[in-house]
Amino acid sequence: MKKFLSKFYLTLIFILLYAPIATLIVLSFNASKTRAKWGGFTLKWYFELFQNDAILEALSNTLIIAFLSALIATVIGTAASIGINAMNRHLKTIFMSVTNIPMLNADIVTGISLMLLFIAFGVRFGFSTILLAHITFNIPYVILSVMPKLKQIDQNTYMAALDLGASPFYAFYKVIVPDILPGILSGFLLSFTMSLDDFIITHFTKGSGIDTLSTKIYAEVRKGIKPEMYALSTLLFVSVLFLLIAVNKVPKQRKES
Amino acid sequence: MNKKWLSGPYLFWAISFIIIPLVMILYYGLTTKDGSITFENILQITTNTNVKALVLALLLSIVSTIICLILAYPLAMILNQLDVNQNSFIVLIFILPMWMNFLLRTLAWQTLLEKTGVINSVLTLLHLPTLNIINTPYAIVLGMVYNFLPFMVLPIYNILIKIDPNVINAAKDLGANSFLTFYKVILPLSWPGVISGITMVFVPSLTTFVISDLLGGSKILLIGNVIEQKFTQANNWNAGSGLSLVLMVFILLSMAILSKYDKDGEGLI
Amino acid sequence: MSNNLIDLINITKSFDNQLVLDDLNLSVKENEFVTLLGPSGCGKSTTLGILGGFQQPDKGEVIFGGTNITNLPPNKRALNTVFQKYALFTHMSIAENIAFGLKIKGKSKQYIQDKIKYALKLVNLEGYENRMPNSLSGGQQQRIAIARAIVNEPKVLLLDEPLGALDLKLRQDMQYELIRLKNELGITFIYVTHDQEEALTMSDTIVVMNQGYIQQIGTPEDIYNEPQNAFVADFIGESNILPAIMLQDKLVKILDAKFPCVDTGFGINTPVDVVIRPEDIDLVKPEEGTIQGVVTHLIFKGVHYEMEVMANGHEWLVHSTDLFPVGTKVGIHVDPFDIQIMNKPASEDEEAVIINE
Repeated sequence: MKKFLSKFYLTLIFILLYAPIATLIVLSFNASKTRAKWGGFTLKWYFELFQNDAILEALSNTLIIAFLSALIATVIGTAASIGINAMNRHLKTIFMSVTNIPMLNADIVTGISLMLLFIAFGVRFGFSTILLAHITFNIPYVILSVMPKLKQIDQNTYMAALDLGASPFYAFYKVIVPDILPGILSGFLLSFTMSLDDFIITHFTKGSGIDTLSTKIYAEVRKGIKPEMYALSTLLFVSVLFLLIAVNKVPKQRKES
Repeated sequence: MNKKWLSGPYLFWAISFIIIPLVMILYYGLTTKDGSITFENILQITTNTNVKALVLALLLSIVSTIICLILAYPLAMILNQLDVNQNSFIVLIFILPMWMNFLLRTLAWQTLLEKTGVINSVLTLLHLPTLNIINTPYAIVLGMVYNFLPFMVLPIYNILIKIDPNVINAAKDLGANSFLTFYKVILPLSWPGVISGITMVFVPSLTTFVISDLLGGSKILLIGNVIEQKFTQANNWNAGSGLSLVLMVFILLSMAILSKYDKDGEGLI
Repeated sequence: MSNNLIDLINITKSFDNQLVLDDLNLSVKENEFVTLLGPSGCGKSTTLGILGGFQQPDKGEVIFGGTNITNLPPNKRALNTVFQKYALFTHMSIAENIAFGLKIKGKSKQYIQDKIKYALKLVNLEGYENRMPNSLSGGQQQRIAIARAIVNEPKVLLLDEPLGALDLKLRQDMQYELIRLKNELGITFIYVTHDQEEALTMSDTIVVMNQGYIQQIGTPEDIYNEPQNAFVADFIGESNILPAIMLQDKLVKILDAKFPCVDTGFGINTPVDVVIRPEDIDLVKPEEGTIQGVVTHLIFKGVHYEMEVMANGHEWLVHSTDLFPVGTKVGIHVDPFDIQIMNKPASEDEEAVIINE
């Protein structure tokens, strides 16, 4: 009985989480242009998607910004984590408090504050301001992913590597990096996802003349969303889903053999 | 040991893009257009529209946070009882929806909630009364719960999996029934996760302007909408900053509570 | 009806299709100190879990004081457990930890206060009422875990490797402390450990377990001096375990040499295993020994010397207070009652286990 209730509850939550996603996937095959009516099955939007330069450009902006911001945030954040981990309690607390600010602060405040900064220093709004903003809110995700892994590391393993004649860089590369790699990877993936899904901060830091998928969708809300957008999101979602299933399958097989 | 210097670039970054921007808000919020000091921008919160927007935002975000907590706690407990190997799988289930754009996901609820939408079609089919909540505060609450539920589930789940099963066994061993074990042991031990979750849901709910825009039919103003319009439509950065400062009082308050209960930030990711 | 306090009858338990306990039967008498001893994975902790009510057996019954409690939840059982790694409630003070069970039973404030005082005195931690668990050392936390359990006046205290996380000196102190506690409280202790020295020091009865089976039940002296099979002999202390042939009653052939012994009833020309403890081997002049050999290793161990003697193709482990330098020719003599004869393991499965050890 208890098991049944648990399963039932899990299913309900699952429906809540995925009902909108299913809706969007269905809409991507809807021949009718309006959301409200089902006009029969079509693949039209998938073909038209690849002719729509504006959407494709927004997609490429989104992906490039997500990749670059995640990469740069991962490098800065990982280095920062190692530095913070070597600090005394007091300094560590200060650094971690600063790190928590973008995590806990409202996106609208972060977006506005960065916008004011760029205005005050006369930075031209565009690709670079979005990138700077995304790196800023991604670094904390990397630090909070890597720090727990660093804490788990036995300090003696690094010492042992030095004792056995390794240079500090070699010891770091051979002993520390493999241990914190899962944290670095999950920090990168989390950053990439957060950047991809961000609207609010991009909204305040983009200026005119450039769009990511989010800002493009927001601009279309009043006029009505182009069905190509549904097709594109469906493609994105399904490819990530398959990628994740593939990644999850591989290590399992390795374990069994 | 000079490892400390590895955080140098981050220090530079944090000062440039976290600290100074916040100082900018403080500066704009406390000055007029020509640069003289004023409290006018902050006092804008006392106008009728703005008080209404703030009170409504507080009300909706508190309701959403409570609903999230009620939904998330049992969920986290059920997830905790699943196989340990499924740990990353569980996290993925909650992260995966983020790969479908946040705006589109929220918009999809319009399709679901509309008068002739999917949910109402099903309700009519079952001869049940229809649900007419689109463009009302109820739809906004639904949007908040839907978007921010993962931020309540994951911190609680992360704390629950760290509790030594023997501590729970010990409570039972000492005579506690299921309710007492939960109330006296599991709940107090998971407190840091609950507080993290509350902060992570309350702050974005309180400050959102997108969800109210998309599901409130642009007639319902929350404090987030007011601030957004000051920047993008009225071009009054000083007033917008002043109102943001008011908002930050609430944010700082919840951050202070959080850091008191969850010192290591272990509930955050 | 038996006069046992606890009877485990035909207990079988498996996890993920892996058999952890196979048809286990065990009885515990009132006021006994019973130790379940074995390597990790032998099923000893599972047995304790079934007694405490945290795990349900797939088959079999748990009888407590004549009543079947197999399906009784842990909070209704008159047993209390001291858990591995203490499992203290870190969000409560020491006093609140100890009061936990008493409050649930609805005892009066005064009674609870008195009990906390009494329990802290019993574990030598008077005045620690308001401290938090994390501010205490491992040994102190261990004592609190014991205090928290015993204030409920259980008939039986279950202890799951309670000293495992402590260092050697503290462990030895706590062993005496536990014996003292048991004598003062006059209740039954069921103790789980993989440490044979702990088991020998504290127990009235030792239950040696391996791979879900009970290998031997007996007093520490029985277990040490008369192991029933090679696993028990090997697990408890150091020993020479050799294949041999029981030629006839009271005569065994070990490595082609005939040794008189005291065992009878094994039949004629039966293959057996023999156990000879290293301290039971007397090194004598070559011509006085049953077999002859040469000392190959010598280590000073404090109380005694540890030597290895090569004789008839076998390295004999010998403990002696007399020094024989490496290279000395010696004779090996064993008193008949110091040779322990054991049946060969019944199945190949069991044999494999011994070789792996």
